[in-house]
Amino acid sequence: MQLIQLIIDGVASGCIYGLVALGFVLIYKATETINFAQGDILMLGAFVAFSLIGVLGLNYILGFVLTVMIIAVFGFFLDAVVVRQIIGQPAFATVMLTIGLGFIFRGFASIYWGTDIFSFSTPFSGKITEVGGLIISYVNISIIVGTTLLMGILFAFFSFTKIGVAMRASSENQLAAYYMGIPVKFIFSLIWSISAGVAAIAGVLLAPITLVDTSISLIGLKAFAAAVLGGFGSIPGAIVGGIIIGIVEQLCGTYENYLFEGIREISAYLVLILTLIIYPRGLFSDKAEVKKV
Amino acid sequence: MSLFKVENISIAFGGVKALNNVSFEVNEGEVFTIIGPNGAGKSTLFNVISRIYQPNEGKIYFEGNDISKVAPHKISSLGIARTFQNLELFENATVLQNLLLGRHIFKKTNFLNEMFHTPKVRKGEMEHRLKVEEIIDFLDLQHYRDTLINGLPYGVRKNVELARALCTSPKILLLDEPSSGLTNEETNDLGFWIKDIQSILKITIIMIEHDMSFVNKVSDRILALNYGEILASGLPSEIKEDAGVKAAYMGE
Repeated sequence: MQLIQLIIDGVASGCIYGLVALGFVLIYKATETINFAQGDILMLGAFVAFSLIGVLGLNYILGFVLTVMIIAVFGFFLDAVVVRQIIGQPAFATVMLTIGLGFIFRGFASIYWGTDIFSFSTPFSGKITEVGGLIISYVNISIIVGTTLLMGILFAFFSFTKIGVAMRASSENQLAAYYMGIPVKFIFSLIWSISAGVAAIAGVLLAPITLVDTSISLIGLKAFAAAVLGGFGSIPGAIVGGIIIGIVEQLCGTYENYLFEGIREISAYLVLILTLIIYPRGLFSDKAEVKKV
Repeated sequence: MSLFKVENISIAFGGVKALNNVSFEVNEGEVFTIIGPNGAGKSTLFNVISRIYQPNEGKIYFEGNDISKVAPHKISSLGIARTFQNLELFENATVLQNLLLGRHIFKKTNFLNEMFHTPKVRKGEMEHRLKVEEIIDFLDLQHYRDTLINGLPYGVRKNVELARALCTSPKILLLDEPSSGLTNEETNDLGFWIKDIQSILKITIIMIEHDMSFVNKVSDRILALNYGEILASGLPSEIKEDAGVKAAYMGE
């Protein structure tokens, strides 16, 4: 029973890793750059939500939607104004740039919001439900349901809409996409926008558990491990990678006494290393299968 | 009246003048071929025409409108399609998916309709599919409809790229070395198809090509480039006898 309980908690935190990992994967597939500021964008999302809901007192849903929109627009311009400038430079330049951007975001957050730990009330905070002896918090339910819904929407988006197909085409072959009439640069900025929006969603969903402070940006590291675990290729891969890491982390934390002190903190990377030894391309490598964006 | 006109195009990469004051006109309905030794500036010219490169000087007119400042992704909706020397296909997609992407510019449905796949969207998809099927029949691709590009032989891929360009319903078709890498038989077929594209689909063709017997067979007019400058232009029979062209190809 306790095991199932732990797995549910693990799936919930894994969904958060998965959502951030998804942001890594979307941007990597399309532009072959890695946005190391992904975790910091999640942090910004949580802070903006705190300002809107906790400080201004907006309704939770309204605050949530506004936060995602603000961060998505921010992500769009982050690409259009900053990142696009270094197209054509070595990949290393983008890595340095995004790491630097992450530092700037964290610095900005601690200047503007301060270094205290904040919280804001959500309709899910502190509530639990009991299903067959299992205690499940509303927060966890909101995360799991939210992630599932988001996956469904993204799937429909990439499969059926003109702009979603344009994104897949641009990821696959930029030159050809141009000649199919696709505005590739605009599409890339939109992908940044979606990645940032998804990170913001993760940030707001996560806020009731971790509370809001600058250290939540470190989730980006574990999410990166999740993305690599999933093969850095497909959206489902990112989510599954996240969930695996979430569950393992939860189990390691609880059974720490049987293993060794502090294993929880390194479990994500242990899983990653072990998996890569067996599957060097990650679990869901997209080689030899149809590209899923 | 000329359908397509290039006026005094010059472009330099660092100190290298890739094109120097190149001008020509292409008439509606003709097959216009650009030839020249390696490094003559043929591909650069193509990249300028299809708007990948911004020329330092000069203008490009299509149907009387200046298109020198049009963004590359707008080119296909004007009615200009192209193929590439080294193929630029969506490798991990099927032939059908590649061709359907050629119809991208014609999709006019809005986002919400698409998310819910409404009857309007379905009707549009059917029309696009019909158009794509016409092209598939035209270029004999029926057999490969659902095959992934990366599993196809080179000759078929070239054909798919041509098909995709045709799916955009162009007025003018730019072909970058269409016969390179093809077998003799495939080159023969290509010759017939180019003639068919010209006579049945009424599409004007500008092409870069090396295979001179193929060029002489399909071209209405030829432009010879060397070191970024125009060497000669005229009918195939004139080019064949041109002293400058002979010198460029055979050596002085």
